[in-house]
Amino acid sequence: MSTISAAEVRAEVRAWLADNWDPDMPLVQWRGKLADSGWGMPQWPKEWHGRGLMHTIARVVEEEMANVGAVSVAKSGVRLLAAATLLEHGSDLQRKKFLRRILTGEDTWCQFFSEPGSGSDLAGATTRAELKGDFWIINGQKVWTTSAHHADHGLLLARTDWDAPKHDGLSYFVIDVKQPGVDVQQLKQMNGHASFNQVFFTDAKVPQENLVGRVGEGWRVAVTTLAHERRGADGLQPSALKRGARIGRIHAEERAETEKANQPYKWYPQRAGRVDLIIDRAKETGANKDPYVRQEIAKLMILAKSAEWTARRARAAQQQGRPQGPEGSLGKLAASHVARGCSRVHTLLTGTYAMLTGHESPREGVVAEILVSVPAVSIAGGTDEIQRNIIAERVLELPKEPRFDTGPFRNVRRN
Amino acid sequence: MDTSDESSTETKRRIQFAFTDEQEQFRSQLRRFLTDRSPTTEVRRLMATAEGYDPAVWRQLSEELALPGIHIPEQYGGAGFGMVELCIATEELGRALLCAPFFSTAVLAANAILNAGTEAQKFALLPEIAKGTRLATLAVTEPDGNWDPSGINALATPDGNGYRLDGVKSYVVDGHVAAVLIVAARTPGTVGRDGLALFTLDANAGGVQRRLLESMDPSRKIAQIEFRGAHATLLGNVNDGAQAILRTLDQAAIALANEMVGGAQTMLDSAVSYAKLRVQFGRTIGSFQAIKHKLADMLLDVELAKSAAYYAAQAAAVDDPEWPALASLAKAAASETYPHTAAECIQIHGGIGFTWDNDTHLWFKRAKSSEVFLGQPSYHRELLMQRWGV
Repeated sequence: MSTISAAEVRAEVRAWLADNWDPDMPLVQWRGKLADSGWGMPQWPKEWHGRGLMHTIARVVEEEMANVGAVSVAKSGVRLLAAATLLEHGSDLQRKKFLRRILTGEDTWCQFFSEPGSGSDLAGATTRAELKGDFWIINGQKVWTTSAHHADHGLLLARTDWDAPKHDGLSYFVIDVKQPGVDVQQLKQMNGHASFNQVFFTDAKVPQENLVGRVGEGWRVAVTTLAHERRGADGLQPSALKRGARIGRIHAEERAETEKANQPYKWYPQRAGRVDLIIDRAKETGANKDPYVRQEIAKLMILAKSAEWTARRARAAQQQGRPQGPEGSLGKLAASHVARGCSRVHTLLTGTYAMLTGHESPREGVVAEILVSVPAVSIAGGTDEIQRNIIAERVLELPKEPRFDTGPFRNVRRN
Repeated sequence: MDTSDESSTETKRRIQFAFTDEQEQFRSQLRRFLTDRSPTTEVRRLMATAEGYDPAVWRQLSEELALPGIHIPEQYGGAGFGMVELCIATEELGRALLCAPFFSTAVLAANAILNAGTEAQKFALLPEIAKGTRLATLAVTEPDGNWDPSGINALATPDGNGYRLDGVKSYVVDGHVAAVLIVAARTPGTVGRDGLALFTLDANAGGVQRRLLESMDPSRKIAQIEFRGAHATLLGNVNDGAQAILRTLDQAAIALANEMVGGAQTMLDSAVSYAKLRVQFGRTIGSFQAIKHKLADMLLDVELAKSAAYYAAQAAAVDDPEWPALASLAKAAASETYPHTAAECIQIHGGIGFTWDNDTHLWFKRAKSSEVFLGQPSYHRELLMQRWGV
């Protein structure tokens, strides 16, 4: 690890930006400069587009970039999960081939993990990969894939050995999405949006060199990807522009990219329940005069505030370098409760109008969208039930679930 | 000391989300003391006595840990800490279910004096309270159990250079052992919040009749007190009376919420350890999802209520303008969580949990009684809505 100080880094990046940053440069060209100089991902290793800086010092670089309004490397979608996985488990050939184009935004990535038959139980994947000559031949189906319809590459978890135990028979590949054997279909959700895809593989081909890690090590590699996902490496937020920063055509290009990336998730705020609208809605509908409704609003707001403060407590403990208490593991489950509570109270506040949707319904359809989007919260990214298992086993240290999926995977009961 | 430094004032007034190292040390010191001095055998022994506490333990708590004056400023003989430390104390006391006149003397009476008293009265009353040598309590509520001070009927009639008190107060915590009573009453001909004030008098004065009530939670003693022309002194002045009463009750609600999350944590810990021990159908019951999920939900509940209780204490400590609303929020949250956690703890214990010999009911009773003490959750939820202007 480098021993360079924050002040030295600040001076160096400031000078570099003064020489190189140009808000009218084409986006990919600018990001190429970032990738080649190491300033785009300063915490990455020196030999792979980084500068080997500690995270705390790398933050200085972000600050300096924000100060001049410089656009960052591409960060949207699962591209950074792919990068982190390749940095940890990939071959040099793979890193050389993929990392730079990830950062420039030229390539888009998606993740082929979940299947119709394995949702919570990801390691139960049954998409098969068979080595024939120089290629792995892929057959099966993946689901809940974000952005597959415009992705170039996919992170694929597939079964290569049916006689090994469940977790030991998987391998991890990078697959070219734009090939004849890959059929991407939009998956329409109950709220009418289509944010995800289902993807069918029929004799799709993966060259041998695209195996990540060794055969049979796929689960270990996938755990890396999932760990980064939990840490929130996939930022959907564009870097905020500092006031007074010079705005150029590069920012317009970045905005268009962000808009495209965020398009499928326009309903996400509604999925979380929109607790921010509750009190205004109560006042505008007059429901705030009903003592029963007042009680229900208060219950919900107490829950939402307590959940917010619990997250703040967890962050504060982390910042002080204290071991994280149980409060750090509860956010997702708390968010489910808040969302469900919101759905209930929004219905109370809306009354019969809750039978409507679209432009004639309250708040131009936003309320209706809340009601039909909230059921996703307690499923996406780990169901409430799985969260409870995790909390019970890891925080309260209760016994693990008894297993019925040991021995050769071939004999394990599945869908 | 230079207090003009704006940035340091700013930092000082920001609501904190973590306890300081000193606060954590204070907590563990107190926890060690309570583990040693308040095992459930002691709780059971003391709750069966009329006094309801052990004077020797109270003396130790006062002399070794300066607990009764933890939040009383140093000039009045206290330790000079604030609301956060007071609430750490109540949380730990609630966790151990210590039988002691702390809530009455330190939380209710000391705060009432700090909020309402004149400088002379603070100097006269607080040092002995801080030292633990004088027990005191606050009498606000009357037999109808209304926690809104507007409903106070007790009458304080001017009489010479003092007042004559007439009326009945109830649910007075430690009212049977307190030496000093602080009583909320109104001057003749007033209604609502007008004319309310706090008065002090010796608990053994003429015209004062005290009766220990049979409390569902025997670890917290409550009394009914009748005043018939008892001679009392005005605490502070009449005009600020209602505000001082409300402020005291809000501080007490925050302290109680913290006491309650301490108790809820004990119930959760007890349920978890029993689920790891108890074997049925050839496996520990903690391996069943029905139990694991219940315990995970209990943990979530307790942590959420803790966050509310801690946040309210921190907000009150920096006098954030929102803190009275947060007092109601925290009390409502704890009032749902503590009884629920205690009931689930009994459920996880099964039949044994319903027996007298099992300790769970000690906390369960404290939980149920605290649920309505200082106002039940529906009362505080409505208060929260009003305070938020909904």
